[in-house]
Amino acid sequence: MVLTLSATLRVATPLILGAIAGLFSERSGIIDISLEGKMLASAFAAATVAALTDSAWVALGVGILIAGAFSLVHGYACVTQKGNQVVSGIALNILASGLTIVLGNAWFHRGGQTPNLSAKARFMALDLPGAVSLRDVPVVGPLYGEFISGHNLIVYAALLAVPLTQWVVNNTRFGLRLRAVGENPQAVDTAGISVAWLRYRAVLLGGLLTGTAGTYIAIAQNAGFSRDMTAGQGYIALAALIFGKWRPYPVLGACLMFGLLDAIAIRLQGVRVAGIGEVPVQFIQASPYLLTVILLAGFIGKAVAPKAAGVPYVKER
Amino acid sequence: MRGGRTPLPHWVDIGLIPLANVVLAFLVAGFIVLAIGENPLVAVRVLIAGALGDSEGIGYTLYYATNFIFTGLAVAVAFHAGLFNIGGEGQAYIGGLGIGLVLLAGDRYLPFSVLLPLTLLAGAGFGAGWALVPAYLQAYRGSHIVITTIMFNFLAAALMVYLMVNVLIAPGSMSPQSREFGPAAHLPFIHDVLAPIGINLTATPLNLSVVLAIVLCVFVWLLLWHTPFGFELRTAGHSEAAAIYAGVRPRRIIIISICLSGAIAGFVGLNEIMGVQHRLLLNFAAGYGFTGIAVALMGRNHPLGIVVASILFGILSQGGTELAFSIPTITRDMIVVIQGLVILFSGALPQLSRPWFEWLFGMLQRQVPAMRGV
Repeated sequence: MVLTLSATLRVATPLILGAIAGLFSERSGIIDISLEGKMLASAFAAATVAALTDSAWVALGVGILIAGAFSLVHGYACVTQKGNQVVSGIALNILASGLTIVLGNAWFHRGGQTPNLSAKARFMALDLPGAVSLRDVPVVGPLYGEFISGHNLIVYAALLAVPLTQWVVNNTRFGLRLRAVGENPQAVDTAGISVAWLRYRAVLLGGLLTGTAGTYIAIAQNAGFSRDMTAGQGYIALAALIFGKWRPYPVLGACLMFGLLDAIAIRLQGVRVAGIGEVPVQFIQASPYLLTVILLAGFIGKAVAPKAAGVPYVKER
Repeated sequence: MRGGRTPLPHWVDIGLIPLANVVLAFLVAGFIVLAIGENPLVAVRVLIAGALGDSEGIGYTLYYATNFIFTGLAVAVAFHAGLFNIGGEGQAYIGGLGIGLVLLAGDRYLPFSVLLPLTLLAGAGFGAGWALVPAYLQAYRGSHIVITTIMFNFLAAALMVYLMVNVLIAPGSMSPQSREFGPAAHLPFIHDVLAPIGINLTATPLNLSVVLAIVLCVFVWLLLWHTPFGFELRTAGHSEAAAIYAGVRPRRIIIISICLSGAIAGFVGLNEIMGVQHRLLLNFAAGYGFTGIAVALMGRNHPLGIVVASILFGILSQGGTELAFSIPTITRDMIVVIQGLVILFSGALPQLSRPWFEWLFGMLQRQVPAMRGV
């Protein structure tokens, strides 16, 4: 039970980071379906750098840089060139899935995989103070030792990112302008604030967060990069963003729920339940997508996207 | 909307700029090949020789192109209605499922002449059916078709894994495949069709579905540009307000165009399942749906352009296999990179090169006074 909860947290971490990245981008009016591609590209970059330098921190930095570069391309296409945001996102996803294999194969000759990383080059689980000594205490021991303690740094960072995002979006000047530019960019422009600069900052924040998510997947959750290793997590993050209706705490809830479903699906693999027989794990794994479609259909509340999302801003002439 | 300050001749807008975008994509791809230490010109030579050098290469190229025509047309039909169907992947997958189910049920009892129309109906029907829910949600519940079709791609993948692993797997088989269809359920290969009339070709997967692909191109061209319905569809895609004013019902257009799009995508299953694999299996539609987006963008959503773009991507797919064989540093995934770049330059940055042409034509007009009248 505690192990499932603990696994939930680990599975949910890249979803939380990805969904929050999407939140900044979409609240500013830029649809971002390239979360998956950015996570994949930064996962590859981080694994490559970690293998070469043996430093997890340098890897994190480069992972963020690469995701930031992808974000800049997305921003340039969507903001400066006023191109189609969905098309740009798809292009980046496809580009990332091809480029990571081409470069990985050319550099490491392992069919797209990067070398296995040593513990030094990864973010390893931390034992919070007292976790070991409390281990034998009933209830509190396992709960603290396995669920609260024993994760790596990025898991805690992701959890911290949520209240921070809530504060930034709701209580800062940047947050107010961000929300305004996603709903009514004309008004923001009339107030003398640059729509383009605001949106660029939003997508760059997205790069920071997806870069962290990708790094987590490659060098914290796993010990190296393998082909298409993000496996749709960017899309689940997108689903969680919609499911959480573009607000930080509900988004966190959606990520944890999707993470829990995944953790349960892994546990139920091959298990026979009385009355049902073998549980079709595929359906549990597909449930985030199904739930999101049902939500979008308007059967669980109403999900209303930021009004200006997807529309390039053109000044009136 | 698209207008810059300098008006450019029409042929620059519809010919030169799109061409420049594709050239840019290939230039960037060339730099990537350079960056991994190979010679892009040698790579292109190997690629073209592999794809067009002999009848085997050409057969494979056209076989790949067949799938790209289906998914490219699917994207284009929706695009003309102002909708972006990125669910071609899932619709092709489910369309193939429908075709496989008909063949598994009927291959022992029915002759080919009865099976073929049934499979055509099943492929189109299953593909359209899988597109119907996102279409309905877009039309009546206001949920965005891009998001729902993404979700439906994943749902299709999950459904297929479940069905293949638990239901349709051939008894005693280790891998998730159905039993092989009987000979009545094989779509004839082109080399078998042409052999009796004295044309002997190397055996390739190219089969009769390429004929259907061409027929569909003509059909889509006639439907979109030469019927009242096509006019309504394009009007709705251009401006919903204008369409409503003209008495067009946009919801009806959304449902029909997306279902038509799904039906066309479903025929990928005809090529793959009935034409080549002769059994149901996993991942036979992998990647074709997304390549369709690149094909449609590159072909400017016109059937003729889509055929040209499909053949180009067919060359890349077949030549890429040869390329990976003779230059192991370059894997087949280079094609995926090129796809991404084509979508980026043709789809997301279509006006990138415009200022350069505006500058060029401005220069020309100043230099050559005779051109001022143009």
